[in-house]
Amino acid sequence: VKHTVEVLDATTKEQLCFLDKVDPHSTIGDIKSLFYKSYPQWYPARQALRLDTRGKSLRDDEVLQNLPVGTTATMYFKDLGPQLGWTTVFFAEYIGVLLTYLVFFFRVPYIYSHTYALTSSPHPVVKLACVCHTFHYVKRLMETIFVHRFSHGTMPLRTIVKNCAYYWGFSAWLAYYINHPLYTPPSYGELQVKYALFTFAMCEVGNLSIHMSLSNLRTDGFRVRRFPTPTKNPFTWLFFFVSCPNYTYEVGAWLSFTVMTQCLPVAIYTLFGFIQMTIWAKVKHRAYLREFKDYPTVRMAIIPLIL
Amino acid sequence: MSAAAQGTSKAAHGDVAPKKKKGPGALATAYLVIYNVVMTAGWLVIAVGLVRAYLARGSYHGLYYSIEKPLKFFQTGALLEVLHCAVGIVPSSVVLTGFQVMSRVFLTWAVTHSVREVQSEDSVLLFVTAWTVTEIIRYSFYTFSLLNHLPYLIKWARYTFFIVLYPMGVSGELLTIYAALPYVQKTGLYSVTLPNKYNFSFDYYTFLILVMISYIPLFPQLYFHMMRQRKKVLGHADDYSKVE
Repeated sequence: VKHTVEVLDATTKEQLCFLDKVDPHSTIGDIKSLFYKSYPQWYPARQALRLDTRGKSLRDDEVLQNLPVGTTATMYFKDLGPQLGWTTVFFAEYIGVLLTYLVFFFRVPYIYSHTYALTSSPHPVVKLACVCHTFHYVKRLMETIFVHRFSHGTMPLRTIVKNCAYYWGFSAWLAYYINHPLYTPPSYGELQVKYALFTFAMCEVGNLSIHMSLSNLRTDGFRVRRFPTPTKNPFTWLFFFVSCPNYTYEVGAWLSFTVMTQCLPVAIYTLFGFIQMTIWAKVKHRAYLREFKDYPTVRMAIIPLIL
Repeated sequence: MSAAAQGTSKAAHGDVAPKKKKGPGALATAYLVIYNVVMTAGWLVIAVGLVRAYLARGSYHGLYYSIEKPLKFFQTGALLEVLHCAVGIVPSSVVLTGFQVMSRVFLTWAVTHSVREVQSEDSVLLFVTAWTVTEIIRYSFYTFSLLNHLPYLIKWARYTFFIVLYPMGVSGELLTIYAALPYVQKTGLYSVTLPNKYNFSFDYYTFLILVMISYIPLFPQLYFHMMRQRKKVLGHADDYSKVE
């Protein structure tokens, strides 16, 4: 039995496209490709198709005959705006951050007073901070290329502009103080820096371990759904206590960086990051609880036993 | 910035189009009525204080001092409105309300209170007057809305007076901040310089200038939002009876 699909504009309700003789086993992705033929300016990634004007957008892998529509389906279309692939997004965000920090590290002229232009700081912790910051973002870039498996293909252009402004802006703000000629090294000296460096390194390794174990969950292409569990790697044992140990480690890394540099803007950046990641962790945690009946009850979202 | 643009409250539009709203419970409604009555009364006290001081002195100069305490008390008390949104008894956005109240509180404490030299400026009277008239109308509007007996006059006033009061308030605020600038720069008020052990700095003078600049994109947006609300709420005036 062939289906017909009618696509209407979600705001104006005018008919944009009428597809007949559609195979009931077609996916939403197939429908989007067909729609794209009539409207070449709206590539599939920027199409959102819904069953009612204000509902949730249908996933690309949903099958037409499994939808509550019968043999004639009416769908509503919304343009999501220009989209960019995740890889492009992360590259833009992370390379921007890296370079911004380095601009301050090398004391490019006109940032600080001209007697200090292109000089370097006498404090070893300042060089160390640059290495750590750069390492953090290079690691993220590597993960984007080799580790992460993304469920959505793209991200809207507006979001990227907003994210870049946030990342680059904060990077500039904290780099300005760390690399400042009047920078004051930590109060407890080398001891403070060494301890902070150690916890920073542990958190970076921890964060990477979690990313790799999450990536391994998706080797069967999203069909079988499992929740993450601790593996032989001791860094993943944090899964006993939290749903999102990657965020836990990320906060830990930034806290370490704060202590290492003893810089208030870094503390403020860490706080903002913590708030955002807690929101994401809570959403993920609730999603796990809803989906898996046997989900471990001792687990919290981001901080063991607390949050 | 004047809170005249608080047009997002669904309670204001309940009489325009029947919307599905949860609404506060009976206890919350009673509390909100008391809150809004108290605030209306408070701003009336300020209004009366201004008039009496003017009649007593015979000039507009230095009227701030006669209403300084009730102004601080009732304007700061408006912070409760952020809580009302957060708890859900008022269907407005926490962020929007927070932003509006914080900007008022900022002007009251971080500018007018903190920089004594601007307290005798006429620009202070300009925004205080704008705020006073706006708030009396706004709080009585909410009071009557909650009691489901909103006189058309109040509704009309709320969506009309802002046309003059909003620019008046913004002018007063900007002129006051501008007047405060030289004193802030001279005394380094609320500013932190390098070097210090937390590797942080803050220049309040530059911050105030940035605040002034932020009025440029924000004021037109809020003003035209209120204009659109006005068309929506008062536009169908012929279909509705004068008093509900």
